[in-house]
Amino acid sequence: MKDFPKYLLSRVGLPQSHTLATYRAEGGYRAIEDVLKKPWKPEQVIGVIKDSGLRGRGGAGFPTGMKWGFMPDITKDPRPRYLAVNADESEPGTCKDRVLMEKDPHGLIEGCLIACFAMHAKAAYIYVRGEYRLSYSRLQAAIDEARAAGLVGQNILGTDFSCDIWMHKGAGAYICGEETGLMESLEGKRGHPRPKPPFPAGSGLWKSPTTVNNVESIFNAPFIVRNGAGWFKSMGVPKSTGNFLLCISGHVNKPGVYELPFGLTARQIIDEVALGVWKGRKLKAFFPGGSSTGLLPASMVDVAMDHDSVKAAGSMFGTAAMIILDETASIPQAMDVIARFYDHESCGQCSQCREGTQWLHQIFRRIAHGRGQMSDLDLLVSLSNGMAPAKTICALADAAAIPTLAAVKHFRHEFEECIRLGRDPLAPQPQHAPELHEAHA
Amino acid sequence: MALSDKLKTEFTELVAHYPEKRAGLIPALHRCQEEQGGWLSPQALEDLAEFFGLEPVEVFGVATFYPMFRLTPRGRHLVSVCHNISCTLRGAEDLLAHVCRVTGSPVGGTSPDGKFSVVRVECQGACANAPMFDLDGTYHEDLDRSRAEQILGSCQ
Repeated sequence: MKDFPKYLLSRVGLPQSHTLATYRAEGGYRAIEDVLKKPWKPEQVIGVIKDSGLRGRGGAGFPTGMKWGFMPDITKDPRPRYLAVNADESEPGTCKDRVLMEKDPHGLIEGCLIACFAMHAKAAYIYVRGEYRLSYSRLQAAIDEARAAGLVGQNILGTDFSCDIWMHKGAGAYICGEETGLMESLEGKRGHPRPKPPFPAGSGLWKSPTTVNNVESIFNAPFIVRNGAGWFKSMGVPKSTGNFLLCISGHVNKPGVYELPFGLTARQIIDEVALGVWKGRKLKAFFPGGSSTGLLPASMVDVAMDHDSVKAAGSMFGTAAMIILDETASIPQAMDVIARFYDHESCGQCSQCREGTQWLHQIFRRIAHGRGQMSDLDLLVSLSNGMAPAKTICALADAAAIPTLAAVKHFRHEFEECIRLGRDPLAPQPQHAPELHEAHA
Repeated sequence: MALSDKLKTEFTELVAHYPEKRAGLIPALHRCQEEQGGWLSPQALEDLAEFFGLEPVEVFGVATFYPMFRLTPRGRHLVSVCHNISCTLRGAEDLLAHVCRVTGSPVGGTSPDGKFSVVRVECQGACANAPMFDLDGTYHEDLDRSRAEQILGSCQ
């Protein structure tokens, strides 16, 4: 693989990388200083983010600059406006934002300041999943340092720009990574997603204009402001620009979080970045972007890893969380685990999702345990088609249906074999963890 | 019983971060749970309801929605073993079974000596360092049986 420029992880290996001193020594807070002192106009900041082609890194790949541009005109709409940073990273397979928050929290803070300036937001809330205690404490300490240095709070760097940044802790619900579920949760309620419209830019937190951005998306902003849209577009492919953080897990020799340009093939990533499938085995399948994306069989390993190429291959780039399954892995066992997750995480508002995720789980479970029937496969498909696309308030039902349809499409023979044999020939040796209750925590 | 003065002061400062008081509820539930040794008693929920000006049932409805809140007492140490896909592919079920053997706790229960509670949890965002568990708020990653045993053995 040829060498390529890196920036996202350029500071994480430095000593004391989470401190203001290290961040400043690396040119940190110069982007916001330039914005405030030149000064830039807010619309210029939105312009450069739009021009850069930055697409959101939280899973949907929506253009970040366009999202910022949805906020209403400040001269016509005087309501306070907010930035909510989605740090509720919980898509299975995804562990990238954690690296940025633990190792380079000031980068996120500077990104928040730039985003708030661009959108006239008076405050940013960083919604961190409750389990990420180190991310939380590192960010809180970084905010405290930045506040003491006049970089957060009133009259930042002696200008008339004021912006507060507050940490907010979630409590373990995947649905709060959905932007409207996140807002409900931030308001102190159950994380029940809201019907859209209204969209957050029109009516978000406390019915005020709000933009919700993923950590990595915001983290890109200071780099784009400092180096320009042209620099950003020089990396990646025309419709997926910049670098991204890849999470690769499962059956590879070197799982990890890596900074990569868009457009490498899945094969290059597995073989050259993660040093191949482990134990000298062959690849069976991979999820390209987290468990909500359709898994792809090994025959499709030459797909390029960028938003449009993965979509053309029938899946999604998602959160760039590749999960690798080797030839010994059982697809029915894997789908039992994945369906269990969506069953557990459905908020229960929409009947298609509440009932559908439960059914999918039960059916995958019985197939994986050798109790399936041939008619179950068509039932999985018909249930999935009843759940998605876009039949519910949010996309959790889609997230359960999409991998289901992909698994049945690409690995029907494997499910049929389990059903025919009355057992899963690839199931691992049974483990005997004694369970107090059937349900898990 | 009511909230301690210490928590009241903390929560008064906390809710000032938001335009509406209720936004502080989930962070406050976390703090109460920490102060109470890892669970929320019915009294704690009532105290929070009073502080936030909510009905106790509203606080109960929020607390039960979120998996991190526990409404029953637990052992002195809580081991949360991730059982999602990346961890399962790297041996999470074997790790979980071993954790149960070492601690004497069933999944979802507490060891007879009250020392350990063990739970299954969904993806903790440690996928590239699987399998893993969280012990009392600290991640332990890239685990195998012997490392897990060593870590659990150092608990007092």
